[in-house]
Amino acid sequence: MLKNLCQKMFGRSLWVYHANSGGCNGCDIEVLNVLTPYYDAERFGIKLVGSPRHADAMLCQGPAMRSTAQALKRAYDAMPAPKLVFAIGSCACGGGIWFDSYSVLGPVEKLVPVNFYIPGCPPRPEAIIYGVAVALGLVDKKTAPVQFKQIELPIPRYHPGDLRGRDELVVYEKVEKV
Amino acid sequence: MSVLSKLKEALVCLKAGRVTLPYPAQAMPVPEKFRGRPIFDVAKCTGCGGCANNCPAREILVFDVCQEVRVLQYLGRRCAYCGRCADVCPEKAVTMSHEFENATNAIGDIKQRIELFMSTCQRCGRCFKEPTTLDQLKMKGYRFDDVAHERWVFRSKAYLDSEPVVDDIKIEWE
Ligand code: SF4
Ligand code: SF4
Ligand code: SF4
Repeated sequence: MLKNLCQKMFGRSLWVYHANSGGCNGCDIEVLNVLTPYYDAERFGIKLVGSPRHADAMLCQGPAMRSTAQALKRAYDAMPAPKLVFAIGSCACGGGIWFDSYSVLGPVEKLVPVNFYIPGCPPRPEAIIYGVAVALGLVDKKTAPVQFKQIELPIPRYHPGDLRGRDELVVYEKVEKV
Repeated sequence: MSVLSKLKEALVCLKAGRVTLPYPAQAMPVPEKFRGRPIFDVAKCTGCGGCANNCPAREILVFDVCQEVRVLQYLGRRCAYCGRCADVCPEKAVTMSHEFENATNAIGDIKQRIELFMSTCQRCGRCFKEPTTLDQLKMKGYRFDDVAHERWVFRSKAYLDSEPVVDDIKIEWE
C-alpha cells in the first residue's frame, strides 16, 4: 500500500530534507555526493530542501542522540504528510558502533518511524540511489533474511534408556527429545 | 569582470563535458578491495565465536542453545563493514562480499542466522575446539546473548533480576 502511495505521490519529484542527528559526517558527504553532477539525483526529481516543512522525505543520518532527540522529533512533526523517512548509514539503522554509549539512544526508529533502511558506513552513493529507487518502487529489494542450519532442532540426545537389545547387538534408537 | 569570470566558469563546465554516471540503468562495478556485506559460510564455520568477540559493533550474537547447538546471529543493522570478522576468522568462513545494494524496508532482511552443530568431546563432555583457536579468540564457557531481543549480553548474570541487562535509556523529553 505504501509503495502504491509512494509511486502516486512521489512519482514526479521527491523533496528531501537532510537531518543529521549526530553522525560523523561521513553519510552527509555521501548524500551530498548523490546530488553532485556525477550521480545527479535531480534527474529523478530528487531535490534537497532546507526546511522540513517543504520536504516529502527525511534522510536521517546518525543515531538518535540524547542531545538531538527532541530536534529530530520536531523536524519529523514539521513535515507535511504523507512523509517518508530514510535511515541512512549504520548509525541511523542500528545505532552505529557507539550504540551502547551514554549519549546514544539507539537507532533513529526509536524516535521517528522509519520506512526505508540503507545500511553501510557510509553507504555508497549508489546504495543511497538504490534505496530511493526501492522506495519509489522502481526496483525490488535484493536482500532477504538468511538462515543456515547444520542440524535440525530438536536433535535427539543420547539416553541410555533408548538402548535396545537386538540379538547380540545393542542398538540406539533415536527419540525426538532434547 | 564578473561577466568574464562567469564566462570562464561556463568554459570550464563545457570542457568537463558530461560526467553523470549511468548508475541505476547500468550496474556500477565496485573497486576490487571494496568491503560490502559480510557473508557467512556455514560449511566452514566452526563456531569459535571469534568474529563475535572482535566485532566493534557487537553485531554478531552467540547463543548456546544446549551443549551441541550454537546459534550465531549476524544482525547487519549497525555493521560498519569494517572486515574485522573476516580478518579474525581462523577458518576463513566470513567473506566481505561486494554487495552494497542492501536497502530494504524491513531491517530484519539483512539478518543471517547460523545454527551450528558443536560436536562433544567423548572424554570430557565439552565441545571440542582447537585449543590454539580457543586461546587466541578468548571464547571461554558458554554464551547467552539475547537473541530474542537482539541484544549483546555482557555477563550471564545479566539474566538475574537483581542485575538487569544494560537497559535502553529512557528518552528525556524536556
Ligand atoms: S553510519 Fe558510519 S559514516 Fe554514517 S554517520 Fe554513522 S559512523 Fe559516520
Ligand atoms: S564487518 Fe565489522 S561491524 Fe560488520 S559484522 Fe564484521 S566485524 Fe562486525
Ligand atoms: S570466527 Fe569464523 S569460524 Fe569462528 S565463529 Fe566466526 S565465522 Fe565461525
